[in-house]
Amino acid sequence: MVEPLIFEYHASGGRSFTVKAPEASDLPEQFLRKSKPALPAVSELQVVRHYTRLSQLNFSIDTHFYPLGSCTMKYNPKACNSLAMLPELLGRHPLAPDQFSQGTLECLYELQEMLQQATGMSGVSLTPMAGAQGELAGVAMIQAYHKTRNDHERNEIIVPDAAHGTNPATATMCGCKVVEIPTRADGDLDVDALKAAVGPKTAGIMLTNPSTLGVFERQIEEIASIVHAAGGLLYYDGANLNAILGRTSPGAMGFDVVHLNLHKTFSTPHGGGGPGSGAVGVGERLRPYLPIPLVIKTASGYSWAAEKDCPDSIGRLSAFMGNVGVLLRAYIYMRMLGGEGMRRVSEYAVLNANYIMVCLREAGFTIAFSERRASHEFIISVKKITRETGISAMDFAKALLDYGIHAPTTYFPLLVPECLLIEPTETESIQELDGFIEAMIAIRDKAYSDPDALKAAPLTMPVRRLDDVRAAKHPDLVWQPPGEQAI
Amino acid sequence: MPFIPHTSGDLSAMLERIGAETLDDLFDEIPANLTMQAIPGAPEGLSESEISSLMHERADTDGRPVCFMGAGAYDHFVPAAVWQLTTRGEFYSAYTPYQAEASQGTLQVIYEYQTMMASLTGLDISNASLYDGATAFAEACLMAVRANRKSTSRKILVPRTVHPYYREVAFNIVRGQNIELVDLPMLDGVTDVAALAEHAGQDFAAVVIQQPNFFGSLEQVDALTNWAHAEAALVIAVANPLALSVLTPPGEWGEAGADVACGEGQPLGVPMSSGGPFYGYMVCRKNIVRQMPGRIVGRTVDVDGKPGFTLTLQAREQHIRRSRATSNICTNQGLMVTASTIYMALLGNEGLRRVALASHENTRQLIEGLCAIHGISRAFTSPVFHEAVLLLDRPVAPVLDALAATGILGGVDLTEFYPELGNALLVCATENRTPKHIEQYVAAMTAVFTTEEVRQHG
Repeated sequence: MVEPLIFEYHASGGRSFTVKAPEASDLPEQFLRKSKPALPAVSELQVVRHYTRLSQLNFSIDTHFYPLGSCTMKYNPKACNSLAMLPELLGRHPLAPDQFSQGTLECLYELQEMLQQATGMSGVSLTPMAGAQGELAGVAMIQAYHKTRNDHERNEIIVPDAAHGTNPATATMCGCKVVEIPTRADGDLDVDALKAAVGPKTAGIMLTNPSTLGVFERQIEEIASIVHAAGGLLYYDGANLNAILGRTSPGAMGFDVVHLNLHKTFSTPHGGGGPGSGAVGVGERLRPYLPIPLVIKTASGYSWAAEKDCPDSIGRLSAFMGNVGVLLRAYIYMRMLGGEGMRRVSEYAVLNANYIMVCLREAGFTIAFSERRASHEFIISVKKITRETGISAMDFAKALLDYGIHAPTTYFPLLVPECLLIEPTETESIQELDGFIEAMIAIRDKAYSDPDALKAAPLTMPVRRLDDVRAAKHPDLVWQPPGEQAI
Repeated sequence: MPFIPHTSGDLSAMLERIGAETLDDLFDEIPANLTMQAIPGAPEGLSESEISSLMHERADTDGRPVCFMGAGAYDHFVPAAVWQLTTRGEFYSAYTPYQAEASQGTLQVIYEYQTMMASLTGLDISNASLYDGATAFAEACLMAVRANRKSTSRKILVPRTVHPYYREVAFNIVRGQNIELVDLPMLDGVTDVAALAEHAGQDFAAVVIQQPNFFGSLEQVDALTNWAHAEAALVIAVANPLALSVLTPPGEWGEAGADVACGEGQPLGVPMSSGGPFYGYMVCRKNIVRQMPGRIVGRTVDVDGKPGFTLTLQAREQHIRRSRATSNICTNQGLMVTASTIYMALLGNEGLRRVALASHENTRQLIEGLCAIHGISRAFTSPVFHEAVLLLDRPVAPVLDALAATGILGGVDLTEFYPELGNALLVCATENRTPKHIEQYVAAMTAVFTTEEVRQHG
């Protein structure tokens, strides 16, 4: 820790407050707190310096390359931020009447349309606030569909063993049973296992395509017909949409419902962990169940459709309309790119990924599905290096930080041992890609010449490797003034 | 090409290295019958100056009416430093802090945030945020059912004074797990404590208390908390965190205090922004932390013994536990938490208290002014924080339309939410409303009522 906690700053006398001290209040004594909350008492300069310094301890897209598989860490254009933060847009109350909302509603309506076109779906709801909530909405719509048809036995959700952890967690949250299907050695789904798994209890299947293994699922049409023939529906996890944008669509592949991570494909910021946005799109038969509110266009302008207009909806999933500020950023991004620009996204994302894959393969790295074309991401396994030198995928990840490169995703998907999932995105130049390739080769060489140096990495970060076991065994989650016992 | 740095020379060199002739070749594993040449109906791209003009036009269309609406989204003043710092690229474009060594800034901000929220609520442990107040409430319900060791009940008592949208969202999210939300009636704008008697001995996993409640009224939190604990139910507090700078914190309610506090973090430095992004906060007692959903940051040491921060207690989360996780949440509302932490650091205890009390005082003056108009009265006698329900002698919607025509958002019409209340209007005046705004509102309302009367009698 190189910067003290804000609580450890010397209390400041010269405070600037947003309002004057009020006269005595008429709030009855019985409702008032007796103890003061332990908030800092510091000057504006102290605050500005402290949080500026903290920001400088972070890696970020603006400062570093993030080849972080499945996360699509592309550049977040500055215009998207500044235009979404125009005072009228920031100041709009969520329940403001339509006459003070036409500008915002028009943007949201057009965003619904553009996402619908890009996914090949027939309806879109923008309300889910992150991918995982989009998943919840999707599974809830699948359940509502079966229920409406009096098909009450369907409570199984099929997921491939390589699925993102949110897929099975979502199925459980919706009260469904999770059925896992294995992947074949070539990276495609084991269709025989799928055939054996489907039946009268199948509610649906959750798939990412390209899969989390970084390859396009070539049997997708067969999978769709197997699941549909069994009476189930297909759910598309949009985590990897960046690989196919403008090339194919979940609709064309036979999916019934899709969620999109706008903070991935549509370049809204990750913000150090959020906010995201998990808009959902559906085919015709799931339209009635879309979460509300939706934006509709009528003769008198744009307005909301909510409980009264959508009686079969799975309902509201946020107090208001989801993360509108995020939606506006995605809208601005899509309008700047246009149709052509969106198609270029997948072209160059896939180009960059295949370029790194080929270069690393030539340099002697083991590619997980070497005979396959990379999508926008691919996996290498350093198992052989680990066996020969003791240097693991985690050591590679930590060593990369010393080269000024954020670690790729490590140990996911779980079925490839000692793996790194690498996704460069389309916004990185060949110079950055070459720098990453050189760093990987240098680390590999060092694994054989001086493994202890790598085990000690990172050495240039604000802290070195942290004791995670201690963090979990003796949780220190809240600062206590000196002398008081930690919680 | 917008945001893509490749020259045509780069493109051909890279394709050659890959061994492909064209970009199309890179997509050769997609069955040809599934491909498209273009996104149907997609518009042409706009330059930055074009999209800038367009967004300014759209923003102008929305305008800047004077806001007296609350109901879960509040128009508080946000100092310039908050968002100038929050939108620094190092916060704005950073990833989730899984690589702790490269994320100490974000992690320390969250640790400071957890400390501030624990102190505001009087409870032990805060998570790093959930999506919004409504989903935080839903997650608190799920958590309470898992955490209550004394009861196997899947029922939760929820007063009708809790935000109607929070109740609706919670219902939509918890029904998948067969959890039942049972209505508790209200009396004079607060939970009817006497009505608890008929639920005695019925076994509930938890009882919910919103403070201040949806109507702005202050609940009898001590009596409700003590009743719940006597019934072996946990207490879920849904509280406005700004109000907690002056009101009794949930951790001190009744004899033993609430077990979980959750709610909407927006009042702490986050703009209204059409309802999002906001963030849900959640704080709990330490004995039930392993049932808490979402990320948590802990302080530990590195190999040299130097203090540092890391995500911890991750065995609760979906990326480790998969189908047995406490929640499916992954992405949260990190950037909003950054803004709130900076807001709380800037204002401190005294600054928050001033905002809370000034909002209370402005609302008091607004109510006084409006209730002086013949045909307007208070709906309830219970004390309020910074919102209150007024009863009009005529339908609310046309009155709000008339106010809107003068650039005033006069409040939230409760007719559809609570038909039993009659012509009820929920109003709010934060510290951001000036005496002139309040005068304007009272004058406009007076004009509406006078004109209407002339019309009625003429």
